[in-house]
Amino acid sequence: MDNLINIKGVRHAYHTATGPLPVLDGLDVQVPEGGFVAVVGPSGCGKSTLTRLIAGLLIPDEGTVQVHGSRITGPRSNVGMAFQNPVLLEWRTILENVMLPLEIVPTKLSKAEGQARARKLLALVGLEGFEAKRPSELSGGMKQRASLCRALIHKPEVLILDEPFGALDAFTREDLWQTMHKVKAEEPFTGVLITHDLRESIFLADQVVVLSGRPARTQFVMDIPGTGLRTLDDLYTPVAAERLNVLRHQIEVAQGRVPAAAVGPDLPEGPGRPANETVTGPLS
Amino acid sequence: MKSRQILVPLAAVAIFLILWEALVLVMGWPNYKMASPSDLIPAYEKYWSLFLVMGWQTLWRTIVGLVLAVIFGVALGMVMGFSRTMRDALYPLLVGFNAVPKATVVPIVALMFVGWHDFNTVLIAFIISFFPIAVSVSIGLSTLEPEYRDILRSLGASQSQVFWKIALPKTLPEFFGALKVAVTLAFIGTNLMEIVSPHGRGLGALFDSGKTNSDYPLMFAVLIALAFLGIVLYYVVVALEKIFAGWADRTV
Repeated sequence: MDNLINIKGVRHAYHTATGPLPVLDGLDVQVPEGGFVAVVGPSGCGKSTLTRLIAGLLIPDEGTVQVHGSRITGPRSNVGMAFQNPVLLEWRTILENVMLPLEIVPTKLSKAEGQARARKLLALVGLEGFEAKRPSELSGGMKQRASLCRALIHKPEVLILDEPFGALDAFTREDLWQTMHKVKAEEPFTGVLITHDLRESIFLADQVVVLSGRPARTQFVMDIPGTGLRTLDDLYTPVAAERLNVLRHQIEVAQGRVPAAAVGPDLPEGPGRPANETVTGPLS
Repeated sequence: MKSRQILVPLAAVAIFLILWEALVLVMGWPNYKMASPSDLIPAYEKYWSLFLVMGWQTLWRTIVGLVLAVIFGVALGMVMGFSRTMRDALYPLLVGFNAVPKATVVPIVALMFVGWHDFNTVLIAFIISFFPIAVSVSIGLSTLEPEYRDILRSLGASQSQVFWKIALPKTLPEFFGALKVAVTLAFIGTNLMEIVSPHGRGLGALFDSGKTNSDYPLMFAVLIALAFLGIVLYYVVVALEKIFAGWADRTV
């Protein structure tokens, strides 16, 4: 398969006052073009370090990070990022905030075209009519929608989402999950989603990668077949329940609460399991 | 709304003057103990041309000192805000420098550049007022959340793009807060030098001459003139703040 993002054997340590602190050790993540991979793992296991690697904000000590076959050596303009903190600029309107990347990235769009695209994206996420508002006038969920538009305005090859819905209430979060599916249908992207929420990971991604505790390595990979629009009902099926069980078990292993010997999808097969589903075991 | 904003402060000033007058009247203080507002009117009538000339002297030196303080303070704040090493190196120096009472520096500077009265005065106004600006800018820059930087850095933005598009505008509210403090400090600096210098000019010198001639109402009149200039300059800063950092005001 042609992978757009290819992360192989990455090791990285932060240099702290008390010596090197290894955060990643043997990280492998592959994302095919148009794919959407969710990365889950225990708190502080190095998930955010992974986003900085893909964005080119950090160069790993060992191993390679490739996008489109070329090794990442620094920031490039074909990345869009959204964080848990929406970091909108308070002195700009929502429309101006969304257009910010166009001021940095070389673009063929004229100012008017850029504006039209920003308006289209804002309408897509349900923020029509809020273009002239200031960020302080928007709710948390709306700020995240605007932040998402900003991450997409320059048609990035890779969309990096670092727990973008982590600070939202449950209802708003589910709303945004559905918005994400709508956006992906209209504006296809290749995405990496960092999250703490297992339901979010199986609802949004077509592959879930579980990282081990620090230093993080790729512990488990689960494919979620059936891309395209999903509905919240899909989260309440036996298949979804079983996937969540497997993932929860993997997280417990990663946290060191369950012995590693118990690793594996040894749960009974649930009814209604689609034939094409693959639950991949631990990578060697 | 608009008329309230003007009438309420004016009424407050009027009440203040009435209370002042009443206090002096009730206590029966002579004007060498405490001049009353009604004593000031003859002083202004007698010396109005001096007040205009000296007031202008004080005002322009204070403004030049302030402008220098803004340029130097912002530059220093940038250096300390972006570099941890420079912050560690410069902070103790800066704090020590600020801890020295400026009244003690004034005679030294007056002697050092004797005869250069304008230069001396501007220098003291500058020295006394750059500190809050440098500190506020450095804190504003060093407390910028890393995500703000990452949003632009991940797109390949340069350091200077990060500064102009995010760091600088985000620091403006703190900067203007510091500038309001700096305005009053700069006035103190200008006046200290004007009073201490042997052949000083400006409102400080006028104050000193009132002292020499035992013209107490004149001394009080100078204080009020200084307060007036301070208020004018303060509101100029407020107006600039509204234009450049009005977005930070959430009370409206």
